[in-house]
Amino acid sequence: MLDLYGTAVSSRLLLGTARYPSPAILADAVRASGAEIVTVSLRRETAGGKAGGAFFALIRDLGVRVLPNTAGCHSAKEAVTTARMARDLFGTNWIKLEVIGHHDTLQPDVFALVDAARTLCDDGFEVFPYTTDDLVVAERLLEAGCKVLMPWCAPIGSAAGPINPVALRAMRTHFPDVPLIVDAGLGRPSHAAAVMELGYDAVLLNTAVALAGDPVVMAKAFATAIDAGRKGFQAGLLSPRDMAEPSTPIIGRAVFS
Amino acid sequence: MRTPGRVLVRGGGVAGLCAAHELHAHGFAVELVERQAEVGAGASGLAGGMLAPYCERESAPEDVLRLGRHASDWWNAVLPGHVVCAGTLVVAPPRDAGELARFAARTEGYEWLDEAGIAALEPSLEGRFRKGLFFREEAHLDPRAALLGLSGRLKAQGVRLHFGATEPPTGRFDHVVDCTGAAAIGAVPGLRGVRGEMLCLETAEVALARPVRLLHPRHPLYIVPRGGGRFMVGATMIESDDAGPISARSLMELLNAAYALHPAFGEARLIEARAGIRPAFDDNLPRVIRDGGTIFVNGFYRHGFLLAPATARQAAHLMQRKAA
Repeated sequence: MLDLYGTAVSSRLLLGTARYPSPAILADAVRASGAEIVTVSLRRETAGGKAGGAFFALIRDLGVRVLPNTAGCHSAKEAVTTARMARDLFGTNWIKLEVIGHHDTLQPDVFALVDAARTLCDDGFEVFPYTTDDLVVAERLLEAGCKVLMPWCAPIGSAAGPINPVALRAMRTHFPDVPLIVDAGLGRPSHAAAVMELGYDAVLLNTAVALAGDPVVMAKAFATAIDAGRKGFQAGLLSPRDMAEPSTPIIGRAVFS
Repeated sequence: MRTPGRVLVRGGGVAGLCAAHELHAHGFAVELVERQAEVGAGASGLAGGMLAPYCERESAPEDVLRLGRHASDWWNAVLPGHVVCAGTLVVAPPRDAGELARFAARTEGYEWLDEAGIAALEPSLEGRFRKGLFFREEAHLDPRAALLGLSGRLKAQGVRLHFGATEPPTGRFDHVVDCTGAAAIGAVPGLRGVRGEMLCLETAEVALARPVRLLHPRHPLYIVPRGGGRFMVGATMIESDDAGPISARSLMELLNAAYALHPAFGEARLIEARAGIRPAFDDNLPRVIRDGGTIFVNGFYRHGFLLAPATARQAAHLMQRKAA
């Protein structure tokens, strides 16, 4: 079981709720994936500061834990305000903290991220920061009070997969006891399996499922891949070798045949 | 012919007017009430007016294509001269060219165009895009002109229309058809609002003969020519039933899309920027629901002009069975 701020979670797939063809398909995808946590964007779905309406009711009705996010926020102040709104709206201290620093790549502004994380942790929030794979930033986030880290493996929505496995591996080695969730950049089930094989604790997906031809089948495919990657990691993976190693013993055969 | 009954249609948007037309054609005596004082003042008047069942398949279920395929024939028969059958052009900026392949994989009824093919269709776009998709069978109309035309035709046929009223002045009715759209949120179970924002630009520097969709991974948008140098740019989709004014961000995104399609839109005049609420059920498909004495026709989402003719016919058939 995965422990996130004292909550035991058995599914290692967290699902975003944006950009599905319809709420009905979103609900089916969540069920098919077995996800126990979904994220929802407050900034985007609250026009004119009016909170919620039917869409949020629908999210709550999914019967899964809601991890509100601050997607679309470009400053620490904006992110903190959005997080407080989310706490009132969903009655949870959990917040996926996103502070975007670059409009085009959606790269996090790691300086504002650390500032916002400190403010929110001091205010009793349990913060899930969306960050890069930079180890020093990760250290600062932990110092600020975060107990979970969510590094990207590629830019948001890029579907590029783990573009820097060396950095991801370093992060895992550096923080063996911190739950690490890959957030952003996954495009295919094999990408998810690959990061799980590196020993990551979970992955968070949105676009790869929401914009798939069949989001429900894709949600299931990712869940299966994540499970396979996790089991592979736990079972102990072989290291690559330069030479062949026969899988069948050859005792009894002539050496010079 | 014997009148099968008197029907009150509530709502004078595209759903109500289409329902009134079909009910009248099926022999019912129809009256219609609409709380807005003017035709086209509600969400229908903010629509794109694209009769694009093939393009919509990119994100909509098969039913939208099945029910919407004959919409342009219906509008053309009811309102000759309103429908422009010029197809739809779909393009993407060079860095988002992958989006075109994705769009093509989800749809049918298109042909691939190269740069010369795009220029032949839309000379204003010459040299701006390398590849595009052309959906030849699609059409478009001007929603406000079509709503006015349809209400005029109904009046000429003797259907009494009461705009600016919530109840008819006199009379008893055998049946009620409720087509009140987003106003029914809360009253019709499962109905929610999806906010849409749009704007209109005016420029003489760009000419388009057909709706152009600009694919972009974050903000897929469309521009529909309205004639007279006017262009409708739409539309955002936000899960909210707030009908307040357009946000600065949405305005910026819509303008950005227009600018990306053609820089001359940067010099265009902004003549309108508005927001409305699309009524939708959780599968984003419209429903015809019989509830006691009332038939509800609602949940058109982004497909009012495309699907209202088909659902109006369904409602009329249901009403005939109810009356029999």
